[in-house]
Amino acid sequence: MLEIFTKLADWATYDILQLSPTSSFAQALHFFIEDVTKIFFLLILIVFAIGFFRSMLTPERVRKVVAGRSRTVSYPMAVGLGAVTPFCSCSSVPLFIGFLEAGIPLGVTMAFLIASPMINEVAVVVLAAAVGWKVALLYVAAGLSVGIIGGLAVEFFKLEKWVEEYVWKIRMGETAIQQVGTSFKQRLEYAWQQVKEIVGRIWLYVLVGIAIGAGLHGFVPQSFFIKYASLDNILAVPSAVLIGIPLYSNATGVIPVVEALLSKGVPIGTVLALMMSVAAISLPEMIILRKVLKPQLIATFVGILFIAFIGVGFLFNAILA
Amino acid sequence: MKHFKILGSGCKNCDNTAALIEAKAKELGIEVEVEKVTDIGAIMGYGVMSTPGVVIDEKVIHAGGMPTPQAIQEWITS
Repeated sequence: MLEIFTKLADWATYDILQLSPTSSFAQALHFFIEDVTKIFFLLILIVFAIGFFRSMLTPERVRKVVAGRSRTVSYPMAVGLGAVTPFCSCSSVPLFIGFLEAGIPLGVTMAFLIASPMINEVAVVVLAAAVGWKVALLYVAAGLSVGIIGGLAVEFFKLEKWVEEYVWKIRMGETAIQQVGTSFKQRLEYAWQQVKEIVGRIWLYVLVGIAIGAGLHGFVPQSFFIKYASLDNILAVPSAVLIGIPLYSNATGVIPVVEALLSKGVPIGTVLALMMSVAAISLPEMIILRKVLKPQLIATFVGILFIAFIGVGFLFNAILA
Repeated sequence: MKHFKILGSGCKNCDNTAALIEAKAKELGIEVEVEKVTDIGAIMGYGVMSTPGVVIDEKVIHAGGMPTPQAIQEWITS
């Protein structure tokens, strides 16, 4: 079904603009046209469908569901719900405080916050459309595992001392559960509202990601990646993770870059490690979390994720590449 | 006069929500008071974790994301 977007790009690039398929510019433009149409089509479709069918899954509900569970249940639950619960990173602070206030351990809370930006339904479907279901499922499995490992590490090192003191004093009022109407019309309205909000929030990241992917695809020769990013280069995975730390994009926005890198023969573990690093660790998010976490905890947290992503990269390269 | 409180620690959607309510009230010719609550302790006190939240006369009526224009109209007129 998605071949239609390839055909559309073929038609625009080679028939309308009469560009030669061998030129770098034509290849970049083809990639750009195909990905813009395909990704935005999928984005709108999926966000709308999920908004329409899902009863509201709010952070307030997650808090109630996770609170008071044993660790063996709460960790997997936190990463799973972190992946599917929509929330804007500007809500990270109230979410963090609300979880702790409900008695949810710091480790479980961090597991939720790690998994949340890395995995979401839209990114998984777009990733599957771009590079196949196998890679998409691997990414999900790795993301959930890193969330749990990161949370357990925070718990193991007993980092509660590095949470700002005022956080423990805040008391939360009775949780307001948002009511969404269940009539057909109300569901349509809600779904459309979700499309406007989510696409409005991430379209620029996606567009920039596609432009970078197109540039890599068209203008950077495969020999460059073979030279610097092959399996023989032991520094390739750590470098990919390091490059991803300051870069920030929505998970969906990194996918065109992932697509371009994989097609150039960069090993899958290296590419997935980069994607996780870009999506999960970001400066804006750290600045927001600084309101509730002391610098030592932020540094440790980034360190734990850095090591975990490198581990994921090497593991997948060893098994699959 | 209705008293609106917009809960949110300075995110863009929170400012937008406040502006939308003010604009809608003006359009309808109804006077309302709109106050922004940015103190995290106060926001949590209302039981809201996902911002922006909207409070009318101390009752939370909305949380998480921008409200629809229809919803805003109902809040102002009801």
